[in-house]
Amino acid sequence: MSVVDTQLHTSVDSHVHHDEHHDHEHHEQSFIRKYIFSEDHKIIAKQFLITGIFWAIIGGIFSVIFRLQLGFPDANLEILRPILGGWITEQGKLDQNFYLALVTMHGTIMIFFVLTAGLSGTFSNFLIPLQIGARDMASGFLNMLSYWFFFASSVVMFISIFIKTGPAAGGWVIYPPLSALPQASLGSGLGMTMWLISMALFIVGSLLGSINYVTTVINLRTKGMSMWRLPLTVWAFFLTAVIGILSFPVLFSAALLLIFDRSFGTSFYLDQIYIDGEALHHSGGSALLFQHLFWFLGHPEVYIVLLPALGITSEIIATNARKPIFGYSAMVISMLAITFISFIVWAHHMFVTGMNPFLGSVFMLLTLIIAVPSAVKSFNYITTLWRGNIVFTPAMLFSIGLVSFFISGGVTGIALGNSAIDIQLHDTYFVVAHFHLVMGSASFFGMLAGIYHWFPKMFGRMMDDKLGYVHFWITFIGVYFVFFPMHYIGIAGFPRRYYSWTNFDAFSSYTDLNMLISIAAIIALSAQFIFLFNFFYSIFYGRLAPLNPWRSNTLEWTTPRLPGHGNWPGKIPTVYRWPYDYSKPNAKEDFIPQNVPHYETIESNLEHEKELEEYDRELAKEGDIQISSHAH
Amino acid sequence: MTSLLIITGTILIIALFALVYRILALVNIAKGTHEKRVGFSNTVNGFLFIVFFFVGFGAFFWYSGKAEYLPPPSSEHGVITDNLFWVTTAIITVAFVLTHILLFFFPYWFRFREDRKAHWYPDNTKLELLWTVIPGAVMALLVITGLIEWTKITAPAPEDAVQFEIVGKQFNWMVRYPGKDGKLGKYDYTKIDGTNQLGMDFANDKANFDDFIPREIHIPKGKPVKLNIRARDVLHSVYMPHFRVKMDAVPGMPTTFWFIPTKTTAEMRKELNNDKFNYEMACTEVCGNGHFAMRMIIVVDEPEEFNKWVTEQEPWASQNKDYIAGLNLRDLNLADLEK
Repeated sequence: MSVVDTQLHTSVDSHVHHDEHHDHEHHEQSFIRKYIFSEDHKIIAKQFLITGIFWAIIGGIFSVIFRLQLGFPDANLEILRPILGGWITEQGKLDQNFYLALVTMHGTIMIFFVLTAGLSGTFSNFLIPLQIGARDMASGFLNMLSYWFFFASSVVMFISIFIKTGPAAGGWVIYPPLSALPQASLGSGLGMTMWLISMALFIVGSLLGSINYVTTVINLRTKGMSMWRLPLTVWAFFLTAVIGILSFPVLFSAALLLIFDRSFGTSFYLDQIYIDGEALHHSGGSALLFQHLFWFLGHPEVYIVLLPALGITSEIIATNARKPIFGYSAMVISMLAITFISFIVWAHHMFVTGMNPFLGSVFMLLTLIIAVPSAVKSFNYITTLWRGNIVFTPAMLFSIGLVSFFISGGVTGIALGNSAIDIQLHDTYFVVAHFHLVMGSASFFGMLAGIYHWFPKMFGRMMDDKLGYVHFWITFIGVYFVFFPMHYIGIAGFPRRYYSWTNFDAFSSYTDLNMLISIAAIIALSAQFIFLFNFFYSIFYGRLAPLNPWRSNTLEWTTPRLPGHGNWPGKIPTVYRWPYDYSKPNAKEDFIPQNVPHYETIESNLEHEKELEEYDRELAKEGDIQISSHAH
Repeated sequence: MTSLLIITGTILIIALFALVYRILALVNIAKGTHEKRVGFSNTVNGFLFIVFFFVGFGAFFWYSGKAEYLPPPSSEHGVITDNLFWVTTAIITVAFVLTHILLFFFPYWFRFREDRKAHWYPDNTKLELLWTVIPGAVMALLVITGLIEWTKITAPAPEDAVQFEIVGKQFNWMVRYPGKDGKLGKYDYTKIDGTNQLGMDFANDKANFDDFIPREIHIPKGKPVKLNIRARDVLHSVYMPHFRVKMDAVPGMPTTFWFIPTKTTAEMRKELNNDKFNYEMACTEVCGNGHFAMRMIIVVDEPEEFNKWVTEQEPWASQNKDYIAGLNLRDLNLADLEK
């Protein structure tokens, strides 16, 4: 039985088994249906990945351009004129409006296009069906739409970079009235309109994807794959999708009301405004309303970005430490807790916005509670390393790096979550340091770890280890050199989104640190080209991947080197155990894949697994009859 | 021409890189290095974590010990929040260092060895409870101390507080003091124009007539000071780094913050040994392209000096008699403004 099954089915009702029946349906798809408007989750995942990488390069380059301004305020940037044109002033300086646009675009691109679409879109799509044992997503068509909405969103955002007034420039949080009034800022004109259109499309794409992920995980798990046998990756993707479904619509509504305020004269967010020599007619709106709506997505968004990275890390650390992940159920419960609490902490971004201080107290309390499940996760990662037999693949290095960032960025959250301390630290570089480490760099490392780890399954070839090591160490050191010094600058009170600090005596010091940060940023960005080379070179010329290069337990490694449409040529494997049977005492090998039944591993079965031997035998018989059969 | 050279150069470098890489890859295949499960790189990577630990934390402690980063606090609550900050920082530094000792030493100690098997250790409920409860308890402690202070800071200002108004606009701050009557006159944003930039509503509130609009903020040392904050166009945020004061200025929604300054500008100059020192106010909510330039100087006086300064100020209405006359207010005698 080696023919790819082109028909995907959800129902596993009573059927006779006759795979042969479907053989004739193996037909060649046109290039367009196979690679462009594809409904195959693996192709869609790669589309998300490549688009994500494209955006990451743009977002990274943007950050280096504004770091040039901050690190070398006196430098003549005439050399950038060929690229930036009129945004370089007569004096060879970066235009102030464009500086804000760069900062805004960097944030928007990195958070939404790279770490939401690029990370979640890639790995949820790629891994959910492969790891739960499904032939594809619940709806291949919606999945395809999800990518193409994201693509349309990308196109709109990309075009907005090139328009005359520049892209949106009010910060990625686009607080009105700044974002609502074209006369308030250059970027609040057409650039902002395009930002809003782009985000609306993005949200539609994201929702289509999330609904698909949730449905797939609930309905399409293979025989034996109970929720408590899911790899932590799938748990993470599942909960991420749940968060997305609940929070993105709120951003959508916030954006919609903003569009009304901008274009149709409503006053949802606007009140008593005098600008450009004119008192506006808007009255009765609340600027704070937008902030509440925005952060109701904005905070869960942090976990939308972070949870997939943590899930990927869990899988990679367990595999390469050759140990079961420590405290599997604690990890799942922590993620559930984080999912829930992430919805009730949003106003900690708003302690000093004029919000009722009592509300501040409540949100401070809730915010510090979320530190507990995060702490549990960190301790569990570290304990998983303890007495392991650690293989340093590049993926493993990036995972350890992620845990380091998760801790170093996470602990400063305890200071920021304390409203009394936040008065001074709010909107300073301390905040920038905090979230770039805990959310930005950690998630970015999760994404890189995932790429290194699942590259063999995606492209059937291996990436180069040595280049991976070099990439990791330069990036790891670079990231710390970029973001750690920002704590000092933040404690000294330097505000965010400043084009230059020289106007203020209080912020005129630390030019050396700012220069160091900028140099480190340039080096860290350059190191990413090592990765890009490794990535694209290996797609075509990498060493052919073995079937299970990391000796891993999860189901994706039971597929052929390059799984075709439908993933498994024969029947879908049945699952008999959890995914973390690494280095089980008395086992022949240091790993036992999930599809190995307990009756084949009598020597290593634990006391409570003895009864599973008989149970698995029954399950295996059933599987023979059912899994292979289909509706119609 | 330059760009052409740069492009050619870049392509050449990439080609060279690719060539060297290809040769190395072929050498590796010839040697069969990749067939071993784990090579020497494993030890190197494990060891590098230890190197990173010492170098990284060395730099961290060396640089942290070098200087004071927080500007010295000049308000009563600032001293307390600074303390909270340093206590929190001490706790998180301990957690940071301890976890990183484990995180960076384990990789080296437990690096792969062919003859060894990892320890089967899937869970330990007691241990997990322990590290749920301890962070929980520490958090509770920090929350409680923080809450107490936050409640005090955000409590209503004392009755006798010195009051004035701060208005944010693109791209500068304006301040307005209540004058002799101690009352800030009402404003109406539709009354704003090029002259009356704060929209003082002279027609409906006589309290406006003695309000004055100085170029610098003056506040008295040791007295509670209450800021009445509003914005004209977009969001701004009042930020006085030395006083640990930050509060957004929101169009249509007046906000407030009160504090007690503890050091005069003169005392601060002496303390910092800097004759040119000035307290400053900045904006911390992005408000457009001039966001970074919204500076205003704050002068902290001894209370007597402050009172003297207040009496010396000329009301805005007296400075702008033409404007007032142009309003054609019915029951107004322009001569009154002279007093």
